[in-house]
Amino acid sequence: MIKDREILTGEHFMNGDFACAEGAIAAGCRFFAGYPITPASEIAERISERFPEVDGIYIQMEDELGSMAAILGASWAGVKSMTCTSGPGFSLMQENIGLGAMTETPCVVVNMQRGGPSTGLPTVLGQQDMMQARWGSHGDYEIIALSPSSPQELFDFTIKAFNLSEMYRVPALVMGDEVVGHMSEKVVIPPKEEIEVYPRRKYTGPAEEYLPYKPDEDLVPQMVAAGEGYRIHVTGLTHDEKGYPVVDAEAQKKLVPRLVNKIRKNAEKIIEIEETNTEDAEVIVLSYGISARTSFRAIELAEKEGIKVGMVKLITVWPFPEKRVYQLASKVAGFVVPEINCGQIVYEVERCVKGKTKVTLVSHPGGHIHDPRDIFQAIRNILK
Amino acid sequence: MNEKHPMDYLLREDRIPHIWCPGCGLGSSVSCFIMALEDSGLDLNKVVVVSGIGCTGRVAGYINLDSFHTTHGRAIPFATGLALANPELKVVVYSGDGDLIAIGGNHLIHAARRNINMTVICVNNFLYGMTGGQVGPTTPLYAKATTSPYGNFERPFNLVYLAAASGAVYVARWTALHLRRLTKSMTEALQKKGFSFIEIISPCPTSYARRNRLGDGLDQMKFYHDNSIIRHGADPKEADIGFQTKIVVGKFIDVERPDYHTFLTEGLAKVVGERK
Repeated sequence: MIKDREILTGEHFMNGDFACAEGAIAAGCRFFAGYPITPASEIAERISERFPEVDGIYIQMEDELGSMAAILGASWAGVKSMTCTSGPGFSLMQENIGLGAMTETPCVVVNMQRGGPSTGLPTVLGQQDMMQARWGSHGDYEIIALSPSSPQELFDFTIKAFNLSEMYRVPALVMGDEVVGHMSEKVVIPPKEEIEVYPRRKYTGPAEEYLPYKPDEDLVPQMVAAGEGYRIHVTGLTHDEKGYPVVDAEAQKKLVPRLVNKIRKNAEKIIEIEETNTEDAEVIVLSYGISARTSFRAIELAEKEGIKVGMVKLITVWPFPEKRVYQLASKVAGFVVPEINCGQIVYEVERCVKGKTKVTLVSHPGGHIHDPRDIFQAIRNILK
Repeated sequence: MNEKHPMDYLLREDRIPHIWCPGCGLGSSVSCFIMALEDSGLDLNKVVVVSGIGCTGRVAGYINLDSFHTTHGRAIPFATGLALANPELKVVVYSGDGDLIAIGGNHLIHAARRNINMTVICVNNFLYGMTGGQVGPTTPLYAKATTSPYGNFERPFNLVYLAAASGAVYVARWTALHLRRLTKSMTEALQKKGFSFIEIISPCPTSYARRNRLGDGLDQMKFYHDNSIIRHGADPKEADIGFQTKIVVGKFIDVERPDYHTFLTEGLAKVVGERK
């Protein structure tokens, strides 16, 4: 390793994709497998340039199916691993994201969203994969997804994603978009000692007593790596605490609800949101990623008219802050939900307010950020 | 009667009986493999078995080593991650022809091209066994399968030719009858650094033999006995397998080429070292 090249402490003018790569390195990621795709390729380019300086392994795989499988393999070799992609590649990764959820494999997947469906808008933004992030792989599982709205947040949230992924042994998703990935802004990289990095939950006891899928109290089991002498078996089949396949309803009942509950029951510890002026708000804008930033301009316009507008900016999108949204619902005339899709997170908001207040979607099909005046108009309309 | 078999320590006894049909060649291939593991002299705590999906995909679950039973077709990229993230590991991919050649074919050629340090053992029963005997990319011309009821009209892959052309440094083919020779090849492959590939032609009495009226497992073994031609160093191009034709077996390729991790790290050390 080249001395002092691990964490580039200082102030930088850096694009979001590069900041994401730096966040991964700072979090201890040392294996990256990916496949080129706009607008995420710059992450791979940065990693391929930086990894030799920190003894990491970069490999460009033959496709996204292979990329996702490779980072799972690397994680089981005991190395923190990541891939990055955009819509079409994210679709291809879904099956092995499910394998990651089933085998409880820590890893990070970055999706720099572009407009879809299909090849759609390869070079411009969308936020259309938010529900795919939650439900994209088949079967029941819970996932963790974060939504950055700036290069700084891409740095910070990538570290956060690694930490959550290790803490809960689940693939963690960083759901960026083309604009946050490609914009350049100030990125402050703190000194190493100020960066909190959560280590792997390692089992170090005797092999004969080890049950690889016996959970701790918080429902998360401890992990070992291949090559450490534990002779583990890891399978995507429904399995018992030993890790052995058991294909019946009883084993399924024991395993799958735990995979779901280790996220649901720890949701309050996982969820982070940023609230602004929600205490005395008449209307709340709930948004995430780049749309949250556009919303701040709309809020300014509304405040000039004397409307009290609060903001809930999602840091974790999944699990969703359903309790807090419900609490706020009884205090406000309505929620405005701007997002660059034809309505995804708005359904989650509607579910959580349980009919207690109005919910308005400000939709944009992709290719551009919102005109803040559209969000402003929606705020006004709530109070009509 | 409770005497332990000397190889039992390499099997997960608590998972036996296995799921394989009587007459299937998988069991004997696994016997060869565990003998090869012993003969290889490798530190068995550093040997990892990765499987995909299907009958052969279950091998990982029966062998008492670190083992991973992954998704359909993705055993090789999963193994690539393991092998590159920890180069001390010897990674063995043990899977079937449908898994490795059809859905996972792209990964096979690229892992061979890169010369990733892994041994791929491909058990070829000429069709998809676990799902009921459907046609696949290795089904011989005119052979019947549940989805080629009038015979197969797709030209199959010649696996040893495919592996060799893609860059494998070790390529061998045996049938499930050639236990001693197969064990030797497996041992050599385990000891070889780089991408090694072994094809094992295996009887599938339940699906392949029954549908094609080839008798039971024993009849298929008899066929291998009468029709295998051992030809070490043969041109893999000349080793096509047709329906009930002669089967050329042996060691086709055994060459030296630095494996990807070694080549990469040594190359980078030169370049990045200069940047210090």
